[in-house]
Amino acid sequence: MNRRPFDPRLLRRVPAARRDLAVLAVLGGLTALLVVAQATALATLLATAIDGRLHRPALAGFGAAVAARALVSWAQGTVAARAAATVKAALRADLLRAVGRHGPTWVAGRRAGQLATLAGRGLDALDPYFTGYLPQLVLSVTVPLAVLARIVLADWSSALIIALTIPLIPVFGALLGWQAQAATERQWRRLSLLGGHFLDMVAGLPTLRAFGRARAQVDVVRRMADGHRQATMKTLRIAFLSALVLELVATLSVALVAVPVGIRLLGGGITLSTALLVLLLTPEAYLPLRAAGSRFHASMEGLTALDEALTLSATPEAAAPGTAGPAPDGRGEIRFEGVTVAYERTTALRDVTLTIRPGERIAVIGPSGAGKTTLLNLLLGFVTPTAGRVTVDGVDLAGVDLDAWRRELAWVPQRAHLFAGSLADNIRLGAPDTPDAALAGAVTDAALDEVVAALPDGLRTTLGERGHGLSSGQRQRVALARAFLRDAPLVLLDEPTARLDSASEAVVLAATRRLVAGRTALLVAHRPALLTDADRILRVEDGRVTELSRVPAGKGTP
Amino acid sequence: MTDGPERAVLRLARPYLGRLLGAGLLAAATEFAGLALMATATWLLMSAAGRPPLDRLTVAIVAVRALAVSRGVFRYTERLAGHDAVLRMITDVRARVFATLVARRDATAQRTGDALSRLVSDVEAVQDLLLRVLVPGAAAALVSVLAVGSTALISLPAAGVLAAGLLVAGVALPVLAAGLTRRAADEVAPLRGALAVDAVDLTHGAADLAAFGATGTALTAAETRAGRLARLERRLAATGFAVDAAGVLVGGLTAAAVVVVALRAGVGGVLVGVLAVGTLAAVEVSLALVGAARQRTQLRAGLARVADLLTEAGEPAPTAPVGPASGGHDVRFSGVTVRYREGAAPALAGVDLDLPAGRRVAVVGPSGAGKSTLAAALTGSVRPDTGRITVDGVDVSDLADEELPRVVGGLLAEAYVFHATVRENLLLGRPRADEAELAAATRAAGLLDWVRAQPDGWDTLVGEQGGQLSGGQRQRLALARALLAGPPVLVLDEPTEGLDPAAADAVLASTLAATPAGHSVLLISHRLSGLAGLDEIVVLDAGRVVQRGRHEELVARPGWYREQWLLQEAAERGYLALAP
Repeated sequence: MNRRPFDPRLLRRVPAARRDLAVLAVLGGLTALLVVAQATALATLLATAIDGRLHRPALAGFGAAVAARALVSWAQGTVAARAAATVKAALRADLLRAVGRHGPTWVAGRRAGQLATLAGRGLDALDPYFTGYLPQLVLSVTVPLAVLARIVLADWSSALIIALTIPLIPVFGALLGWQAQAATERQWRRLSLLGGHFLDMVAGLPTLRAFGRARAQVDVVRRMADGHRQATMKTLRIAFLSALVLELVATLSVALVAVPVGIRLLGGGITLSTALLVLLLTPEAYLPLRAAGSRFHASMEGLTALDEALTLSATPEAAAPGTAGPAPDGRGEIRFEGVTVAYERTTALRDVTLTIRPGERIAVIGPSGAGKTTLLNLLLGFVTPTAGRVTVDGVDLAGVDLDAWRRELAWVPQRAHLFAGSLADNIRLGAPDTPDAALAGAVTDAALDEVVAALPDGLRTTLGERGHGLSSGQRQRVALARAFLRDAPLVLLDEPTARLDSASEAVVLAATRRLVAGRTALLVAHRPALLTDADRILRVEDGRVTELSRVPAGKGTP
Repeated sequence: MTDGPERAVLRLARPYLGRLLGAGLLAAATEFAGLALMATATWLLMSAAGRPPLDRLTVAIVAVRALAVSRGVFRYTERLAGHDAVLRMITDVRARVFATLVARRDATAQRTGDALSRLVSDVEAVQDLLLRVLVPGAAAALVSVLAVGSTALISLPAAGVLAAGLLVAGVALPVLAAGLTRRAADEVAPLRGALAVDAVDLTHGAADLAAFGATGTALTAAETRAGRLARLERRLAATGFAVDAAGVLVGGLTAAAVVVVALRAGVGGVLVGVLAVGTLAAVEVSLALVGAARQRTQLRAGLARVADLLTEAGEPAPTAPVGPASGGHDVRFSGVTVRYREGAAPALAGVDLDLPAGRRVAVVGPSGAGKSTLAAALTGSVRPDTGRITVDGVDVSDLADEELPRVVGGLLAEAYVFHATVRENLLLGRPRADEAELAAATRAAGLLDWVRAQPDGWDTLVGEQGGQLSGGQRQRLALARALLAGPPVLVLDEPTEGLDPAAADAVLASTLAATPAGHSVLLISHRLSGLAGLDEIVVLDAGRVVQRGRHEELVARPGWYREQWLLQEAAERGYLALAP
């Protein structure tokens, strides 16, 4: 966990932000000079005004300093916001790209709710950090230095008081800030938990309703929210305490400077304009430090999100990406050589050796959870062998460009994801430029025609985030249609007809036969209808693969 | 000043009005203490320059010290009081929002990414409305009035100049800031929602995208959106900070004008200084309203959505005059027709079905025949357009939301597995079940061995949407949950979906065996094996009952059932012959 107010990784990861940050530093220096100029002019103006006279040059100087400060503050805000927008866009892209780069198994281990929170609201928390905290951080260095330098010239004893009290702000801020930081981290986790929990509750609402538990869960949500409140209040009691101490140091310092200066004025030991200058400048010395301190708490959330985003998107990839060689032809011979796949909890495949010859149609059967899907995932490149290797045409899949290799295969998963977008776009997932005629063909092949006809806008119907608009069976046909459009030499089907009734199974089966004709096919099947066409049948049980001999009994039945 | 959504949200603040009012007064006191500190200190110095006796300054010296201390204390208590009140209110809002979603029947149609952004981000908007808009706004207004009033005691023209400056800083600039950001702010919320959906698509759909080589396209789309959001944010900033710069300008110019006007009006030199320093501080305070106005503008969309979810949180549930008696229940469908859309073919057309206590009925038929609609109508999630579904003579739609699940329930289509432990998922069915009951239900669903094999046993986490489980395990878990719930009328919609035939037969048999004799079963299935023991089998096609009878009768009669039975039989015997 990074505890510094500025994460240097940011400059390396988002080089585009460097120039903006440099400009911000220059503007900070300029502001400091203008603060001193403005106070000097005002002190002169007021010291003259005590005799009822108007000091015109001082008035003009004051006006000019104010105008310049206005301009600089505009530039500061704009530049800081530019930097924020640049960094957020870059980090969002990085995060989402990491999801794409690491592949499905990496993502499956992460919580989608957490990622969505981070890519959305999480990173937006960087706004207060950039526009609020960072400029103040710069000013908290430049302004106290400029103010101190000016006051040393005017009245060294006041300068001494300021120089002694200013360090109290960062010291107290740090002491109390550490407490607040730990508490903020706890709160952030709770927020993620609340986000994930609520998402879970909303997604499962129909199920909750079916068990008559929906209303009861309202109390659970209330309890979670109340827990969030209590955690937040604990954080705030400490965070505000630090603000209190910092505020006290600053205001008491004004009193500490003003009262002795006033008494010295009585004795004539100091001029009025100097006294006023000291009074006007003293609060300015503390202001940026305090503002930075209070905004640091407000931007903690952003810093935590930043740290999370930088860490997540920088996670090293499991497989070395540098060795990506050209992909073998999908029509080549596929060999599993002593392949073992071990997950965290279980071993999915144990020492599997098998050969799939070009054009073979292979059915894979076995109890659920036996490792059938892992077999397909190996070919898809979603999973890499813990031991052994998978080769196509003699080329080890571990070393090929996976995107190029996947162009050689079409995949029908057990539960296809439906993307927010039209049905047509969902089908065209792998081939966005498909002409309408080919699309219509795929729709017909996948027996989607009647589904399309029943939808309000046909193929243009927008599907919900998780495809709530379609039933499992219809979703499956969309997946099949995708595979038809893919037109790849190797077809991987994970129980393509599992969710279809016998009548539409016959239709889909016919289509599947057309799909696998002349291609190599690996079908995970529970349904016997798919087995009759298979050239070979593999049984996966407890991670081991055995080949079943072709039994004529299947062919004998009508 | 407040518009509809704000009023709806603020109505929830009523129980905490006292706390909020206190917070507002404390905020005003804080700001006023700061202003008074600088003004008093200036008076002290400028008076001292006239070399009066020390005792004439004593009050000012004490005041300076007291104000210095009180400001911090005021601030601390104000912030704690305000946050406490608001967070209490937020808890109410969160619960109310969820309650509305519960009451809303179409909740499933919502995009979950949006729903997430709704609860987490929009609800924070309520917090910001109070803490960053209303409380500081009220405090700034109060301090401005006090400042103008005090100045008027010294010099009326100076008070006029100050009032003008404060009006610009506290009214004109905030209005300008709000106007400048309003249109752009309207664009930010949908873009962020779309980005959240993108993130969900890229994570949940990662496998599909990778397999079809579409990851790049989806990424580009998401990045384009992120880029658009970034451009929008830059535009917001460039105009927004121009208003801030104007604020700096207004503060300085007002102070200068006050000095000039006060001198012309012949105000004493000491008081000119006090007025100048006080003016700077007062304008500074009222400039907080710019930030508040900007914040308020950006909160609009979120508040409107929250208000939308709050206003319809009425209690729609009608209550039956007489609840159904305990024990067995008789369910009857008479002439039930369901149409999902006006003019579309009916999903169910005039279906009659009798399910007296203890009877076991299977509903079979091709996909899209209306099987799941039948289950949905019985469980109350779909209402018949014509016809009635009654439980012991009481219309299902007359039963309270919580009443029906006690009688009718089970495994419905798209059963959801929660990101919780196996035990928690099961207990949803019957919260007070003991270990033996858990084991019995889990054994019937064929999941007990797996549970026992897990190091954490019943406390094994199933992962988001049951992601740590295989498809078959997820289905078995959902089935076990339905069996544990054990409603008198058990609906099982494709209970063995995703299981291989051998496992499916075993699970179906153990499921039926585990259901107590007095309980009725409505089994929806596309597989025909294992139905021989049922009291009646109803064949649906295009929403109509085309065949009904016991298995032996239907197999003997020509028709859809017989055809499918022979097909499956042949295929499955072939399958069994393949086993080594």
